[in-house]
Amino acid sequence: MEYIRAFIVGGLICVVGQIILDTTRLTTGHILVMFVTSGVILTAVGLYEPLMKFGGAGASVPITGFGYSLCKGVMEGVDKKGFIGAFTGGTEATAGGIAASIIFGYIMSIIFTPKTKS
Amino acid sequence: MENKRMGKRTIKLVNSPSIINTATIVGPKEGDGPLREYFDIILEDDLWEQESWEKCEKKMQEEAIRLVLTKANLTENEIDYLFSGDLLNQIISSAYAARQISIPFFGLYGACSTMSESLSLGAMLIDGGFANNIICSTSSHFSTAERQYRFPLEYGSQRPFSSQWTVTGCGASLLSSSGEGPYINYVTTGKVIDPGINDVNNMGAAMAPAAVDTIMQHFKDTGFNPDDYDMILTGDLGAVGKSVLLDIMDSQGYDLSKVYDDCGMKIFDNLRQDVHAGASGCGCSASVFNGYIYSELKSRNIDKLLLVSTGALHSSTSTLQGETIPGIAHAVSISNFKN
Repeated sequence: MEYIRAFIVGGLICVVGQIILDTTRLTTGHILVMFVTSGVILTAVGLYEPLMKFGGAGASVPITGFGYSLCKGVMEGVDKKGFIGAFTGGTEATAGGIAASIIFGYIMSIIFTPKTKS
Repeated sequence: MENKRMGKRTIKLVNSPSIINTATIVGPKEGDGPLREYFDIILEDDLWEQESWEKCEKKMQEEAIRLVLTKANLTENEIDYLFSGDLLNQIISSAYAARQISIPFFGLYGACSTMSESLSLGAMLIDGGFANNIICSTSSHFSTAERQYRFPLEYGSQRPFSSQWTVTGCGASLLSSSGEGPYINYVTTGKVIDPGINDVNNMGAAMAPAAVDTIMQHFKDTGFNPDDYDMILTGDLGAVGKSVLLDIMDSQGYDLSKVYDDCGMKIFDNLRQDVHAGASGCGCSASVFNGYIYSELKSRNIDKLLLVSTGALHSSTSTLQGETIPGIAHAVSISNFKN
């Protein structure tokens, strides 16, 4: 059941992206930024938390989940460190994800060479 | 001195510069398309044993120039000028290819209009008596263009349906003051026309008004009409630009439907090869003209051709700054008969 919920939530987030891509002239770059920002805003207004609880990885794995982590991190940072936490909290909470993407990206670029599209 | 100008923007070449030979090299996807039998070399992969796609594109130009020399039984020393261009920043494919070849070099940037731009300049130079043999060459490569103009290949972004597929291909024409034809008889030079489109995935529509302007000016200057040609061939307007061009020409009283085609609609099987709105790139009109069309001219299936390569003169920087896409189109009138 958990898998199905994750599938539905993750799938719906991707459908929103696909509809934007197909019906507007926004590029994948625009959509990426929009989704991170939307994740932050939805978390701030309290809408993303229930989605995370319901969909699990379906909500945390898409890039909106990165916005969620940033926003949560800022809120926790402010609680612990006050004003300065607003600046450090977001990066602290997402440090694992950022470092992993850099390290794995680097390793992949060493092992593989890019291929063209077909 | 004899004045060779006709009307506003056309030149009549009276000394009949001849296209004595051509060479084409294309990538695997182009080699899988409907024109496969007309290309000299079809690459098995788009790196051609090079470290990068940019180096592959350079090698394609170099080898196409060497191949056209071999086919015409001439050496580098017998060529007076090389006119070439491509899509990459600072036209590196052309410059690095010219580094390997000892021919005086004029680098051109006309985006995808470079094939007819180089043929225009080469033919005029020969007609004026400034050169005997000139090579005109242009290339493009899907992967180099994709990562310069759009996204890195690793990014795996989706392509919208109005987008066109950049041809991996290179074509070289050898022009000579003496030869059996086909001859370049008229040159009509295009003006930059910007219809105000800023969508890089809809370049056909951005270039179509420039092609219309050049074709109409050619008819006005020379007194020709569409029936005087066996074929009027634009460079890479694709499905969208082709229908825009036919509509505008029709509204201006020219029925082009019988003779008109577009290189971007010929090189791929658009549906089977999933290229969306057709092909684009300098290599599109270069490989279609120097391969298929040259063969048709030689076998007299086409006697009179108006080649109108079309270019979009934007850059990746201008796109990011929201600038619109200026279009250009140059026309060369090629015939099996002398002027």
